[in-house]
Amino acid sequence: MKKIFLTVFLILASLQLSSQDLLDILELEAPVQENIVSATFKGTRIVNGHSIENRKNKELEFIISHRFGRVNTGFEELFGLDQANIRFALEYGLTDDLTAGLGRSSFEKTYDGYLKYSLLKQKTGANAFPFAVSLFGSIAAKSQKAIAGNERTFAESLFYVGQVLIAKKVNSSLSIQVTPTYVHRNLATIAADPHDIFALGFGTRVKLSKRVSLNAEYYQQFQNLTSINARNSLAFGVDIETGGHVFQIILSNAITMVEKSFITETTGNFFGGDIHLGFNLSRTF
Amino acid sequence: MKILSTFFLCLFLVSSANAQERFLTKKGMISFFSETPIENIEAQNNQVLSIVDANSGKMAIAILMKSFMFKKALMQEHFNENYVESDKYPKAIFKGDIIDFDSITASETTLAIKGDLTIHGKTKEITINAVTKKTDEVIQMKGNFFINLTDFDVKIPSVVKNNISEKIKVSFRLYHKAYKK
Repeated sequence: MKKIFLTVFLILASLQLSSQDLLDILELEAPVQENIVSATFKGTRIVNGHSIENRKNKELEFIISHRFGRVNTGFEELFGLDQANIRFALEYGLTDDLTAGLGRSSFEKTYDGYLKYSLLKQKTGANAFPFAVSLFGSIAAKSQKAIAGNERTFAESLFYVGQVLIAKKVNSSLSIQVTPTYVHRNLATIAADPHDIFALGFGTRVKLSKRVSLNAEYYQQFQNLTSINARNSLAFGVDIETGGHVFQIILSNAITMVEKSFITETTGNFFGGDIHLGFNLSRTF
Repeated sequence: MKILSTFFLCLFLVSSANAQERFLTKKGMISFFSETPIENIEAQNNQVLSIVDANSGKMAIAILMKSFMFKKALMQEHFNENYVESDKYPKAIFKGDIIDFDSITASETTLAIKGDLTIHGKTKEITINAVTKKTDEVIQMKGNFFINLTDFDVKIPSVVKNNISEKIKVSFRLYHKAYKK
């Protein structure tokens, strides 16, 4: 009797064993994989400035960005909608880690070109690494004709920007970025204006739902263009993603969309109502 | 004493039998295919873990969602971020029984597998037909079946409703080898 009982018990125990731990064996056998953290930001821009995100290999993105005039200009200017600065740009992924872009802004008829390289990636699992680093460099050329007596050479129309983008996706809904920035202007309007300006950018993304996120961005300058009484740029945006499009609605105290300009040439006082409504529309091919 | 020896004999038989009669693969292939008049979307995962217990006819499959490779990187990102939410639900799991497992032979036979499939945190009981084959060294299984995205609470936004099919064809090819601990 005892023996039968024991046998039955053992058979039951062995059955229990085999059904339960098949998944445990799989867990045990699973190789430790290197996971590259993706989608730290939805777009290649946080709001005005670049995010660490690159276009992927052979992806072409067409971006139309738009900034209206200041909302506090009143009804006569239809709250800024009568004026606009528009930038068209083509951005292309030369590889998964290197993106090149060319753009043209109506403001001061500025052409800009940039390269962005993803140097280090945030990783979990094997070879874990806590944050991502990208390098960014751009050249902008102002092509608007100077007023008589203020003529400048082509070299004097050039601006250079270098940025180190350091970002971390804290969790699936929160990402942060710190962006040390250097801007060099070949031409200083008055002697008091610096040729070199250093700034530190802060950006964040908070996901509101799977396809909608709230973004914010602030650039603290350490030197200012005194001739125009430049302020620090502050911007908020909402990203809405639909398939191949990312649509961004933006509130910013800068009217421009190229780095040299919104970081160092912003004059609007955000809290005084000098806010520009804007859009970034992108389509990936 | 006799009881004790029987106990150890049983334990030995049970444990040794389990160890030898399991078949495992770490390089199983699972792909899926969504077909609409506008666009076909497909992705393939070649790192599927699957195990079959030849004693009980039970099997288990673990699929890492991030290991699905798409042609377009952006699609892959959207798949993980917006559809299956891989950060929240990193794995799809199947646990089931191969019905009439004893009838498996060295030539190809179609057998039914019944079990629970968990994707995106939602579980549904499914029955799949698989072409199977077993030798001393390997157990092969291949086939395909359809799943409905609604069963797994994967929502398609209205703007891409015409680009993604509600019914997804899943294909699998699992070549298990005798597993020794």
